[in-house]
Amino acid sequence: MRAFLAIVARDLRLGLRQGGDILTLVLFFVIVGTVLPFAIGPDRPQLARLAPAIVWVAALLAQLLSNERLFGSDFEDGSLAILRHAPLPLEMVVGAKMLAHWVLTALPIIAATPVLALMLGMEGETLLRAIGSLVLGTPALVAFGTVGAAVTVGLKRGGLVAPVLVLPLSLPVLIFGTGAMAPMVPGASGQALLLLAALGLVSVALVPFAAAMALRFAGE
Amino acid sequence: MKDLALLEDNAPKPGLWTQIAHPGLFLGWSRHLIVPLAVITAALAAWGLYLSFWGSPPDYQMGDTVRIMYVHVPAAWLSQFCYAVMFASAIGTLVWRHPMADVSQKAAAPLGAAFTLLALFTGSLWGRPTWGTFWEWDGRMTSTLVLLFIYLGIIALWRAFDDQLKAARFVSVVTLVGAINIPVIKFSVDWWQTLHQPASVIRLDGPTIAPEILIPLLVMTAAFSMLFLTLHLVRMRTEVIKRRIRSLELAAARAAAGGAL
Amino acid sequence: MPEAGLKVDDLCVARGGRPVLSGLGFALGPGEALEVRGPNGAGKSSLLMALAGLIAPEKGTIGWSGGGEAGESRALLHYLGHRAAVKPGLTLRENLTFWADALRGARDGVMPALAAAGLAAIADLDAGVLSAGQARRLALARLLAIRRPVWLLDEPTAALDKDGAGWAGTLVAAHLAGGGMAVIATHLDIAYGSGVSPRRLDLEGGA
Repeated sequence: MRAFLAIVARDLRLGLRQGGDILTLVLFFVIVGTVLPFAIGPDRPQLARLAPAIVWVAALLAQLLSNERLFGSDFEDGSLAILRHAPLPLEMVVGAKMLAHWVLTALPIIAATPVLALMLGMEGETLLRAIGSLVLGTPALVAFGTVGAAVTVGLKRGGLVAPVLVLPLSLPVLIFGTGAMAPMVPGASGQALLLLAALGLVSVALVPFAAAMALRFAGE
Repeated sequence: MKDLALLEDNAPKPGLWTQIAHPGLFLGWSRHLIVPLAVITAALAAWGLYLSFWGSPPDYQMGDTVRIMYVHVPAAWLSQFCYAVMFASAIGTLVWRHPMADVSQKAAAPLGAAFTLLALFTGSLWGRPTWGTFWEWDGRMTSTLVLLFIYLGIIALWRAFDDQLKAARFVSVVTLVGAINIPVIKFSVDWWQTLHQPASVIRLDGPTIAPEILIPLLVMTAAFSMLFLTLHLVRMRTEVIKRRIRSLELAAARAAAGGAL
Repeated sequence: MPEAGLKVDDLCVARGGRPVLSGLGFALGPGEALEVRGPNGAGKSSLLMALAGLIAPEKGTIGWSGGGEAGESRALLHYLGHRAAVKPGLTLRENLTFWADALRGARDGVMPALAAAGLAAIADLDAGVLSAGQARRLALARLLAIRRPVWLLDEPTAALDKDGAGWAGTLVAAHLAGGGMAVIATHLDIAYGSGVSPRRLDLEGGA
């Protein structure tokens, strides 16, 4: 447990000291969210209707961009090889890094959602559901991103492959995430939140095994 | 030359499993299979096409367009079967680290993508008269499209690695994650569809398929499956030979380097 | 510090599909060291990586004793690779404290180790400002701060000046005197001081 917390604390510290990355990520999220209205047009009712989709697409893209640094620097500077000799299994190392990554990338995006919501004309209740769906859905996004980051960790040309692998896998998160905000069918929203939570739990539980397997291969 | 010697002469006793699984022996026995497999495939395809065009009645509702089904359904079946082959091979790679499992995985991916593309293409041809549009965000079509993306992503990952021996293991991890995730994607797409357009599409399935439709369908499915087997074998042979050339080149490069020293 | 033993039998290692080591065997006990020599590409690094459990051998066994349960070799050993695993953005002290926590060492070993490496005065500077030689010293300080019986060192004196290389040699000598064990891959001669004569394993290129 001490080693697990040490990894989380180190990653958080590194992330916060290089705080610029977090700001850039939030900026990217907000920019994507505000560029789409330029493509759609300034029609407020229409924007309000599309707001859940815009928020989720922006979150998905921002999350996708940030995944590369999950293992990249630890692989390159040799830290990952040394962590293999820590008294905790590599799966737990992956888990610790996922947790820190979620705090550093998903939380700032969630915190910035009200700004975007305001500009897109989201109503109060929809905003709450947007935040709820992001809180429940981003762990699964981080999980799928972790798989993508782990299988491309040693690749010089991995930058483009990982998103292509991760996007189709993340589709259920997008569907349930936006579904949680769509008030078209009664009961669908609650169902979507439940499905999102289930997806998050299962993927966060299983992904460390897959990612650790890939990282072991990458050590060779 | 040492690598080749390793590939070639390392077989301890040519037991059945060794004969199947050893790359060198594989090239030997598979050579004799290709022509018979190709002949069977051609015969089944000829029979199936005859049945599809002349041996089955037009649909009372859809007329002759129903015949697209005889290509569409087998292609859709193979789009999933190819993934199953990749999944099984991925387990072979991860558990036994067997080079032939790597080769089989790599050979199956583009075939899977091609059959998936064919299923989508025939599906949209069929969709035109049925739905009035080439592309409808129908649950099955959409899941199949996502499956195509997964195939293409896996092919992209293969191509991103210089060292194909290493690539196989990373691809296996993605294939496993994909296999667990594909049912979830299917479920989520179906859920999404009921959310946005409750019950509209015409579906052909159902337990009551008349035998005059079922028989050509089965024959065509058999033909497609044999086509897959043949192509898979050919591609596996190509891949084994490619790897040999690669190891020969490496050996030559090292011999040259040794001379320079 | 627990004592450890190592027995390697008929070890074959391949990289990228080509064999680099074959039929290698040796045994080491407490207080013993093995110096692995050979030209580039002879498999020095591969041997160390295999011993560190980073790559799986094609054939043969690597047996550790003293690790408690089987497979617990990872808590026995330190691996020092080509890369120093020093994080810019953390201070020197934070770098070492992190490894003490992550590798379950004692935190009170951190400052003495930094002092021994000659880095105590800059312990609270960002590690990003270190030169390559200083980063190497910091990496060696990790071996001091967290006591483990087995050291696997890949070119430990690379990037170090003469003083630094001498210090690395005495570090290994003190480790051996304390009952430790070391496997050192190097293409430079290392001065361990008197009374220390590691066994020597010469690897030739092209296994």
